[in-house]
Amino acid sequence: MRRLLLCLALSLSLPARPALAALDPTLVKQLADEDSDQKIAAVQKLTALADPAALPVLSALAADGLALAGDRVVIIDGERILDAATGAPVVPAPESTEPITVNNRVRRELTSALAALRLFDVDPKVRLDAAQKLASEATLETAPLLERALVRETDPKVKKLLTLAYGQSTLGSPDAAVRLKAVKALGASGSASVKNLLTPLLEERAEPDAGVRRAAKSSIASIDARLIAGDVIARVFSGLSLGTIFLLAALGLAITYGVMGVINMAHGELLMIGAYATYAVQGVFQRRFPVALDFYLVAAIPVAFVAAALVGVLLERTVIRFLYGRPLETLLATWGLSLFLIQAARMVFGAQNVEVANPSWMSGGIELIGGAVLPWNRIVIIAFSLGVLTLLWLVLNRTRLGLFVRAVTQNRAMAGCVGVPTGRVDALAFGLGAGIAGLGGVALSQISNVGPDMGQGYIVDSFMVVVLGGVGQLAGAAWAALGLGVAAKFLEGWAGAVIAKILVLVFIIIFIQKRPQGLFALKGRTVES
Amino acid sequence: MDPVTFHPARGTFTQRFLGATPRAAWIGLAAFGLVTLVLLPILHLAVPAGHPLHVSDYVVTVGGKIMCYAIAAVALDLAWGYAGILSLGHGLFFALGGYAFGMYLMRAIGHDGVYQSDLPDFMVFLDWKRYPWYWHGTQHLLWAALLVIAVPGLLAFVFGLFAFRSRIKGVYFSIITQALTYAAMLLFFRNETGFGGNNGFTDFKRVLGFPITAPGTRVVLFMITAAVLCAVLVGGRYLVTSRFGRVLAGVRDAESRAMFLGYDTLWFKLFVWTLSAVLCAVAGALYVPQVGIINPSEMSPANSIEIAIWVAVGGRGTLLGPVLGAALVNLAKSWFTVAFPQFWLFFLGLLFVLVTLFLPQGVVGLGRKLWRARRRVPAASLAPDGKVAA
Repeated sequence: MRRLLLCLALSLSLPARPALAALDPTLVKQLADEDSDQKIAAVQKLTALADPAALPVLSALAADGLALAGDRVVIIDGERILDAATGAPVVPAPESTEPITVNNRVRRELTSALAALRLFDVDPKVRLDAAQKLASEATLETAPLLERALVRETDPKVKKLLTLAYGQSTLGSPDAAVRLKAVKALGASGSASVKNLLTPLLEERAEPDAGVRRAAKSSIASIDARLIAGDVIARVFSGLSLGTIFLLAALGLAITYGVMGVINMAHGELLMIGAYATYAVQGVFQRRFPVALDFYLVAAIPVAFVAAALVGVLLERTVIRFLYGRPLETLLATWGLSLFLIQAARMVFGAQNVEVANPSWMSGGIELIGGAVLPWNRIVIIAFSLGVLTLLWLVLNRTRLGLFVRAVTQNRAMAGCVGVPTGRVDALAFGLGAGIAGLGGVALSQISNVGPDMGQGYIVDSFMVVVLGGVGQLAGAAWAALGLGVAAKFLEGWAGAVIAKILVLVFIIIFIQKRPQGLFALKGRTVES
Repeated sequence: MDPVTFHPARGTFTQRFLGATPRAAWIGLAAFGLVTLVLLPILHLAVPAGHPLHVSDYVVTVGGKIMCYAIAAVALDLAWGYAGILSLGHGLFFALGGYAFGMYLMRAIGHDGVYQSDLPDFMVFLDWKRYPWYWHGTQHLLWAALLVIAVPGLLAFVFGLFAFRSRIKGVYFSIITQALTYAAMLLFFRNETGFGGNNGFTDFKRVLGFPITAPGTRVVLFMITAAVLCAVLVGGRYLVTSRFGRVLAGVRDAESRAMFLGYDTLWFKLFVWTLSAVLCAVAGALYVPQVGIINPSEMSPANSIEIAIWVAVGGRGTLLGPVLGAALVNLAKSWFTVAFPQFWLFFLGLLFVLVTLFLPQGVVGLGRKLWRARRRVPAASLAPDGKVAA
């Protein structure tokens, strides 16, 4: 019994197959009429039937695949010739066919008719697409069609969209009760364009019925709430993703500044090296392993780390170690190094930005209420950054190298006295910091342009993170980075990007007044050098 | 750092002021004045073009430009070399001075702009009907000149007050100044800020009624710049050899100790920092009419840090050094950007690295070393260097 019910339900929910349902042959015949007005009338009538069988006929007409064979209209589908009204193959094939032509006016009509008919497609994805399209251009004429589709629809997502579209289409109905229903249905929407549709209804001139006006008011309020929620979520999210980029840029800086007291102005260029390494790996995959192209990013991670770390160790051994104890000069020297690296990148890869594509598994996103979309690439970056943070924490707290790094950060002379090879620790810590910057470059390559100057914009921001978080504090850097990212995004929405930057700067200056050691200062006495 | 011979603390102010500069330096300044104030104007204006002794427009422009840079470099050196405050944002003050004077120059265009309107072309383009409030009074040269000094001075004072009060110093201070100039650059890039956005100010026509591109005007601007440079050097010399300068050196070398001795180091630092900003702004104001353009890229962090490298190349903690450094680096830049444009950044980057590694005292320090070596002065009498401005 249950199986029987299931079968019944299935057969009901599936749209009827085209071959089974027959269209009215005279209506189909009208499509072949010489007069465009007649053709359009036929198209409209076929659409209004909301019969899936009309879809192949109309799409054939749009694709110039409909022809007149003697008395009946046929679809020419490659070798096969089908009867347009029944969908059955025509045997024997007619000797001659006369193609039915359409002009632009008919074609326009066809386009919207096809969109409407796709509401009855078997594939819910296609239906969703069609519903979205219709929702944006819903009129009173499409209302019956939408109603029929709504009755049939089983997919909850599509159903929701259709309800909205139906509401929009019946908003102009002369019947106040229908309008009231429409306005109430539209309250479930989260889109600003629906709100714009409802806003005029608040005025007495546009909407005579007081009940509808009240409903419009409450619908607008609920749309507003949804819009605000969506906006807040989107901002927090983009702030977090900006913050994790800051974090990846700042972690390396925090390590080198903590260990050596050196601000590496070429740190942004290490990000750039990581991004170019990603680009290079992508190129290798494109040429050698096009099948696995989607996974180039995974391969790029170690490559970028090693490339940036090697450059970092090289810089430390050749220049920076001679400048310990002279932090201001180190600023200048590392700035010089950054100019050098930028020009080198310009000569190797060209001055133009290069293209690093997102792998296909990172495109798209999760849609939320209020039209907010959380893109996958940002989600991946946030997860990646947190992973790097965890790994770094493990390295610093669970390995011998980490122990040495912490020792040198706290007291270089004492660490040296008890046998920590401070020189080697410096080089390795610098390499580690540089490597993390390289990982930051991999992440950055997925969301912004990759070019020779890309690193320049990040040095100031990442230093602010270090200042705010406190020196040598992973947790501090993490909180400061995420906080700054979210704050920047909220201020941007409120005051514009430039003013936001200035406000953040002012905030940091005031903040240091109160807590010169950062959010998470090392406890204990400090000695001024 | 070389020991500075301090002038006697007695005598009238004039005696002390003029006595601060040693005789050899006065001779040098006199020679410089003779060349820039007498010889060059004559050779440019009186000697016909094509004559082998004629000095071309190009030389006058480049010379004037480099002297402006030199003033900016001396200004930075007062803060960095003598007080240990490395600013990576002096380009901001330079540009603010330039913008303040540029406002006057824009007003002086009058109706000769493309749109022949009362307003500058960029405002017509933005469809503004009247000047924003901060443009008020800028048609008067004196008010503009006051703005050149007051705006950067006030900004530097307030910023310095906050920064020094919370004892921000060293690299922290440097980076925050860099962030400051970066933020200001973004602000000035906006059209709505009212300073011409991307393009800034350009197409000046006249200054005080004289056509700005005429040889006579150019030479006068050149001479004013030279005179200001000389005045800055003499005044700077007085300042660093005075009691104030000695305390300042104490603040630079051991701030905690100076504080324990009872000096409120905040005001010493704040004074020299604000003075440095104002001098830099004056340099910017002189620069704009000679170069004919000012735009927000002058505020880019790269420009500011370049001023620091002029000082480093010449030798910080000396007054002659920044002048030499500004001249050498900029002449090299002019030559490189024509001869090997791709290699200029390599050269500049290398310069940053090599100078900090091998020439911590700059060209002047190197010259002194060579001079002493020739005169067989025992090395022990040299002050130990290195930690001085850390």
